[in-house]
Amino acid sequence: MTAAMLTCRRSDDDSLVITLSGDWLLRGDLPGIDAVLQEMNQPAKPSSIEFSTTDLGSWDTGLLTMLVAVHRSAADQAITVNESGLPEGARGLLTLAFAVKEREGARRTSVKVPFFARVGQTTSEALSSGRELLTFTGEVVLSFYRFATGTATYLRSDLAQHIQEAGAEALPITTLITFLIGMIFAFVGVMQLQQFGAGIYTADLVAIAMVREMAPIMTAILMAGRTGASYAAQIGTMKVNEEIDALTTLGLNPIDFLVTPRVIALLLMMPLLSLYGSAMGILGGMGVGLVMLDVGLMQYVQQTVEAVEQTDLWGGLFKSVVFGSLVAMAGCQQGMACGDSALAVGQSTTKAVVMGIVLIVISASVLTIIYINLDI
Amino acid sequence: MVDQQPHITARDLTIAFGDFVVQRDLNFTINRGDVFIIMGGSGCGKSTLLKAMIGLKHPASGEICYDGEPFWASSEREREDTKRKFGTLFQAGALWSSMTLAENIGLALKQYTDLSDAQIREVAAYKLMLVGLTGFEDYYPSEISGGMKKRAGLARAMALDPEILFFDEPSAGLDPLSAKRLDDLILELRDSLDTTVVVVTHELASIFSIGNNSVFLDPETKTQLATGDPRELRDHHPDLAVRNFLQRGAALGGGATEAIPA
Repeated sequence: MTAAMLTCRRSDDDSLVITLSGDWLLRGDLPGIDAVLQEMNQPAKPSSIEFSTTDLGSWDTGLLTMLVAVHRSAADQAITVNESGLPEGARGLLTLAFAVKEREGARRTSVKVPFFARVGQTTSEALSSGRELLTFTGEVVLSFYRFATGTATYLRSDLAQHIQEAGAEALPITTLITFLIGMIFAFVGVMQLQQFGAGIYTADLVAIAMVREMAPIMTAILMAGRTGASYAAQIGTMKVNEEIDALTTLGLNPIDFLVTPRVIALLLMMPLLSLYGSAMGILGGMGVGLVMLDVGLMQYVQQTVEAVEQTDLWGGLFKSVVFGSLVAMAGCQQGMACGDSALAVGQSTTKAVVMGIVLIVISASVLTIIYINLDI
Repeated sequence: MVDQQPHITARDLTIAFGDFVVQRDLNFTINRGDVFIIMGGSGCGKSTLLKAMIGLKHPASGEICYDGEPFWASSEREREDTKRKFGTLFQAGALWSSMTLAENIGLALKQYTDLSDAQIREVAAYKLMLVGLTGFEDYYPSEISGGMKKRAGLARAMALDPEILFFDEPSAGLDPLSAKRLDDLILELRDSLDTTVVVVTHELASIFSIGNNSVFLDPETKTQLATGDPRELRDHHPDLAVRNFLQRGAALGGGATEAIPA
């Protein structure tokens, strides 16, 4: 490979002759067009530009990018370019490159948005996304009404599928998490309570914590990451593939068809998962309690049964119903609001999980305060 | 670059999904500078054959040779080196949605050349000019139309000045003028850069205007019925199915319904 060279000279009729030699390959070291620009900017402008390429070796895009740059600057200065000296292939490619005029206003210039404008933008975006969520909630409520009156169109098999995915298939991970949470609570309880000789109250601690708070919250966060994210990704991808538009043109309401079955599935399955999670947590706590405390199985069970009241149970289950619907709504809303690219699907999945968890934590706090005031 | 050795050869190539054979015993040769058409009815395995040729799908048996070197029998490393000579345009463009068009084109350059960022941008701008997208460097794929995505995909496929360009249904979804322009572009690339072009298509207009070599895949017998210049095949091939396809059903009396196998 011989080095690429570019030399300029003025011919007798005052045109600029650019002599190209060597191999003009992208991977080689290519000379710039500064020499050419200098010639063009001289007070006595060249009348035209010509090329001499008798010593030109092999070439690729490297040559073409240079030619395009020369062409552009020549056009700016209204100097004609005579391409006849160029290899035939390069001429063809140049013609092709300049065949389509640049579309008016196509080129972008980056605009730096000032700080306060960005703050304002972000705020108004947050507000409008809040409004969207509210609108969406309203639509889902209307859709529930249609479900109740039997006028909604959806696939029963779809609903069954969602119930299976959000219910039975979530059992292994729920088992693992709640069992370990129960054990952790029991450890903490035993360590502290034993100092007062009140070790047996570990059973109360674990049972009440699991049933009232931990099982609903942990299963909800689990489902936000597991099922809420999958709802957002599924519906978002459908949006990208125009499947939602296809439903709408068929006269099917996408909320009825896609969203409400998912919300119902999670609404039904969440209390069951939470109930199951409570049992697993109590079991985990019991394991730790029996090993670390000097109590018998019957005594521990007795203590647990006496600790938990029905209101604890109903309170916990109600929470999980609320969490379940929030998680499903966050997932579906983000899916429906998804943009139309793979990137957008990723963003709405992330948002669905974050939003789901935020909603869970906020509503858990609100519900706890309500429960305290109601003496539940 | 004058060598008489065929650029690509397929020998007894069989492609299958598990036990399900898509196409078997394919034999064809592609010379340097050919525009080779892979054609056949819907579902006959055209795109799958393309996947085997560009290294995405391992063939069940047989071999594809590039410049006489076996492709699938070679080591992973050698295969990677061979693949660098390919440029592929996928059906819907397959642009990476998180990158602008300039970044889409620049990724391969960044990976495989020592060019500076400014040079890469210049190359990207030039490739976009070639496909008629002058000035669209900073657009994201989601901001442009389907036809433009396809052309941007072509610009990306050409980023490394490939020796072989693979096209999967290039003119599907393009208006007639853009399709014509794409055909011109393919021929121009072939003429000026000596690129070998492999095209999967069933657009007859494109087949006859650009193709000088082809293979005809049949979904019924699951093998090739013919290979050679598509115009020759249209006028003189003994098999009625081939002529019928290339004459838009005219060989079977013109009725479109008769052309569809029951």
